[in-house]
Amino acid sequence: MSSGRELPRWLDLVVLPLFNLALALLVCGVVVLVIGLDPLQVLALLVKGAFGSRIGFSYTLYYATTFVFTGLAVAVAFHGGLFNIGGEGQAMLGGIGTALVALGLADTWPAWLVLPTMVLAAALFGMAWAAVPAALQAWRGSHVVITTIMFNFIASAFLSWLLINVLKEPGNMTVESRSFGPAAHVPGVHEVLAALGIEWPRSPLNLSVLLAAASAIVVYLLVWRTRPGYMLRAVGFAPEAARYAGIRPRAQVMFSMLLSGALAGLVGINEVAGVHGRLLLDYVVGAGFAGIAVSLIGRNHPVGIVLASLLFGALYQGGAELAFEISGFSRDMVFTLQGLIVLFSGAMAQVAAPTLARSWFALERRFAARAAHG
Amino acid sequence: MDDVAVGTLLASTLRVSTPLILCALAGCFSERSGVIDLGLEGKMLLTAFTAGTAAAAFGSLLLAMALALAVGVALSMLHGYACVSHRGDQVVMGMAITMTAAGLTVVLGIAWFHQGGQTPALPDAVRLAPWFSAPAHWLSDAPVGLKALALAVLGHNGLVYVALLLVPVVWWVLARTRFGLRLRAAGENPAMVDAAGVSVQALRYAALALNGVLCALAGCYLVLAQNPSFIPHMTAGRGYMALAAMIFGKWQPVGAFFACLLFGFLDASAIRLQGAPLPLVGAVPVQAIQALPYVMTVVLLAGFIGRARAPKALGVPYAK
Repeated sequence: MSSGRELPRWLDLVVLPLFNLALALLVCGVVVLVIGLDPLQVLALLVKGAFGSRIGFSYTLYYATTFVFTGLAVAVAFHGGLFNIGGEGQAMLGGIGTALVALGLADTWPAWLVLPTMVLAAALFGMAWAAVPAALQAWRGSHVVITTIMFNFIASAFLSWLLINVLKEPGNMTVESRSFGPAAHVPGVHEVLAALGIEWPRSPLNLSVLLAAASAIVVYLLVWRTRPGYMLRAVGFAPEAARYAGIRPRAQVMFSMLLSGALAGLVGINEVAGVHGRLLLDYVVGAGFAGIAVSLIGRNHPVGIVLASLLFGALYQGGAELAFEISGFSRDMVFTLQGLIVLFSGAMAQVAAPTLARSWFALERRFAARAAHG
Repeated sequence: MDDVAVGTLLASTLRVSTPLILCALAGCFSERSGVIDLGLEGKMLLTAFTAGTAAAAFGSLLLAMALALAVGVALSMLHGYACVSHRGDQVVMGMAITMTAAGLTVVLGIAWFHQGGQTPALPDAVRLAPWFSAPAHWLSDAPVGLKALALAVLGHNGLVYVALLLVPVVWWVLARTRFGLRLRAAGENPAMVDAAGVSVQALRYAALALNGVLCALAGCYLVLAQNPSFIPHMTAGRGYMALAAMIFGKWQPVGAFFACLLFGFLDASAIRLQGAPLPLVGAVPVQAIQALPYVMTVVLLAGFIGRARAPKALGVPYAK
């Protein structure tokens, strides 16, 4: 902060993200106006689509599940002082790990054994894909931003090779694997609720949502409440001081990237095992990049990330409904908004924050003066 | 392979490489001045959309290119405003540009043209015409090597030759002019530039302006030459591949140029090589060839084949 004074916590943690979100929404409102629609009507329909019905809300939570995974992945790397743009590729590998376990074991093993193995495989595959850029950063000094981008493209080529040359069933025209056995099916929330006697509409929302919630809690405890987490944050916050304190930076680079990759890999559980029940080409579709926006607006904290994921889940679901209701409206509006959020709360963070700080301190002085007079 | 096949393969290599070359040169300018540009992809996409839309709406090649250039420079100025003036995170800014462009082009394209995000097919009047077409008799009765050469280098559109010409020009500007020396110094040791009384900010803005122009040329090429219309997400990762080529070329224009040709050649030959057995390695899956540029760049960055050294102050905002 240029003034050297710190904003009150509530202003920094709550008002600032909302302010940046409002700026992004404002620009999107202008775009909506430009294409000849009424922004307020669009917003109302969006909220209705996302929260107005039980099924809409279920979809919102389903999308949010994926964003929690990729958002946490970005945040964990960020606290270690690294920018992991490879969530996309790590999520693809997570899906591959999920699918290989499901295809190999689901016909013979029982579900209670297959499901944990799948989760483990998803995390390990994502981890493995993050390990190479991490090791190159730690030992060879190769910039992790560039190598993780490269690994996204390599992952995408690998996935398409694997599907076309190995997993595709002969005679099937679509590029996809065969369906998994029932033991590899992550139960849908509607199925679980039905078993409990509660009627709930069918949706892609599945028990991965609990895995996402657990991940958020684990990340919070691990990063903020344990010694390894403290060392990780120390390296991210002040690498030289951390090194002086005897923390080995290489181990921390590996630790934060492996954790990050494992979290991104879990996307495979939600999408591949939870929804599609088979391996496809495009089950990640930008989730890794959405994670960047989620983590930025959620201030890299699990609580913020869960809230931001709900926001983005609502936007994805509401956007899909909108595209259905208004002809000429594209769901890609949400991707635009996502980019603008990255712009305002990430790249331009130094633009909005000082403005907010200046007006807050001016307000504070005014009150102080009035109190002195009063 | 006969020489017609060789000629066409080389010609398509050149065509595929052109947007990579333009973008990689754009990257050279900004990164040598100290500003990371992960927004090449987004800048190329948004300028391509601008060119396609303007060409469809106004039917003027000149206006289409002028507007694309204006948008390219404007995006770069936004980049500068956030990252040079306000010292924002350069990596995040690049992602922001690319993500916003990917969404915005589809939204506007669908709303304006109602064709799923495509612009209508552009008429020949607004497309870049081929230059230096080879006379027919050259192709029929020229000696063997010459025929391949004629097929490879003649009859491309103007931007292909502009891109080829720009390689030595950018090299000369960066390596041999006072402006280029200062620009490189701003990327290596900005404090020294500042101490010499030259504005680091002005240099980085200038580098970004040139970067915007070059990205816009790449965008124009995609829409006005390579494809018949704008298609959503048509850059398809070329911006990142250009970034990889620039790194592979060790942040040097000439090195980046050869890397672009290599990557373009891999791209152009991937389709032809599908299923065909190669000497020593057997049949190579097409995906392996597509992934090869990225693998090579990672290997280079890892320092296993020579050392790629980034400008020292790359990614570090300069505070006076």
